[in-house]
Amino acid sequence: MTEAANFEKETAGSVTEAPAMLELVDLQVFYGAIQALKGINVTVRQGEVVALLGANGAGKTTTLRTISGLLQPRHGEVRLGGERIDGVPSHKVVELGIGQSPEGRRVFPVMTVLENLEMGAYRFKGVPKDDLERVLDLFPRLAERRTQLAGTLSGGEQQMLAIGRALMGRPNLLLLDEPSMGLAPLIVQQIFEIIKEINDQGTTVLLVEQNASQALQLADRGYVLETGAIVMEDDASALLSDPRVRAAYLGEGAA
Amino acid sequence: MNLFHNFWDYFIPGLTTGSMYAVIAIGYTLVYGVLQLINFAHSEVFMMGGFGSLVVLSELAPQSPHGFTSVVWVIVGMIAGALVGALTAFGLEKAAYKPLRKRNAPKLVFLISAIGASFFLYNLAGKLWGRNPVPMPELYTNGEVFSVFGTPVKITQLIIIGSAVAMMIGLDLVVNRTKMGAGIRAVAQDAETAGLMGVDIDKIISRTFIIGGLLGGAAGFLYGFGISGQVWFTVGFLPGIKAFAAAVLGGIGNIRGAMLGGLLLGIVENLSSPLFGTQWIDVTAFVVLILVLMFRPTGIMGERLGRSA
Repeated sequence: MTEAANFEKETAGSVTEAPAMLELVDLQVFYGAIQALKGINVTVRQGEVVALLGANGAGKTTTLRTISGLLQPRHGEVRLGGERIDGVPSHKVVELGIGQSPEGRRVFPVMTVLENLEMGAYRFKGVPKDDLERVLDLFPRLAERRTQLAGTLSGGEQQMLAIGRALMGRPNLLLLDEPSMGLAPLIVQQIFEIIKEINDQGTTVLLVEQNASQALQLADRGYVLETGAIVMEDDASALLSDPRVRAAYLGEGAA
Repeated sequence: MNLFHNFWDYFIPGLTTGSMYAVIAIGYTLVYGVLQLINFAHSEVFMMGGFGSLVVLSELAPQSPHGFTSVVWVIVGMIAGALVGALTAFGLEKAAYKPLRKRNAPKLVFLISAIGASFFLYNLAGKLWGRNPVPMPELYTNGEVFSVFGTPVKITQLIIIGSAVAMMIGLDLVVNRTKMGAGIRAVAQDAETAGLMGVDIDKIISRTFIIGGLLGGAAGFLYGFGISGQVWFTVGFLPGIKAFAAAVLGGIGNIRGAMLGGLLLGIVENLSSPLFGTQWIDVTAFVVLILVLMFRPTGIMGERLGRSA
């Protein structure tokens, strides 16, 4: 392929040729004697939204926790921009440009919305004003509730806060762990629209979801995890029309 | 029954001891906040602060200072106590808790380690300074400053209450207005997520011990200087356990709760002495604790246990 063709392809919006940002190579993670990840390989390229799908207990959260340094792999590597980052403690991983909205949102309940966002910018000296403005623009609901304690917010608002807080750390790669969990369909819709906007603004996203249809509509590519192993990987549109995915994760033609 | 004739005679000493309890209680509650651990060796931080200031003052301070020099030596004593307290607390965390944390030891093990560290520290003090009380150099001849409804208020009481209030306000500002304070609160609310935000949890824990140690050590000086007049190797035991009770009374983990609990406990136990007799002071303190916990198991301002994690 010529340079010009490459250029055309990128400007056309495809990111498949973009350099790999995050690579998981033969990643194996154990809880004691139990193996939670059985050697998975995942690549996330610059600018992509990649969905990691799977049922409860498939190892989705374990994958994210390993990337962010909360868990150490027994075998395999986590690479960011080609460099190994497994073994880096979690408070250092954020400095490498990885932000996370953890499973269950985990906002600081007895801090205000504003304080939660400021915690997201903890790695910086002071709180960058433009980041704060950007996040409050993205989530007008949070702007309205900035002095309210985070523990008193609704589930959807807490999810927005968790994502906004992660953005305050100015991540190049945003890890989202089940942002749709326990939320009403309308709110899920809103949150996915915002994730799209965040990606359009240049942040790469690794999205862990049980809500496969929402996730695949948004994502460029997807992986399906089953009991600690990747069983499928493809473009999101291909996965969305794959009969196995439709049967297992979209509730069609069951049994 | 002379309580109501001499209310202020009991109230003012109560406020004095209470503000001491409050300052010590903050140390328990801060550490509990970040580690969910009762640091039972905190009473030894208090004791070491008392001895530290005593040593510095007996070496350096002149015989019966007065006027402005007294003020200077009170400040020197307080700083010495605070620094020795901070150093003790810092070392305690490094030696008794951090190794356990790195090995993910169960909570009970921390408790045993705390008790062990406490035994070690007060026996070390007994070895260094003997097992008999050592008098604290007198910095004031304890003159009456003014009186409240006929009750004389002593300068030492004023100093204790004043510096305790100053420390509490200072701590409240540090915790609520500074970045380090935000880090402490974040670790207390959700340590793992705080780590994901870039908070170095080890550093925050260490600093939390140092802050608690500064306050506990300064309180050790104040106690020797204005309440007991002397320091001995087990001086920390009773104030320590009372301050722990105060922290629980106010709601463990809640800083303002610890302040309130300390003040209340000091006042209540002193007011009880004309009612039941001085020998019942300690009993009253713990009966109050039990009664409050029967109706509010999370303490007066506590909410952590009621909230789902």
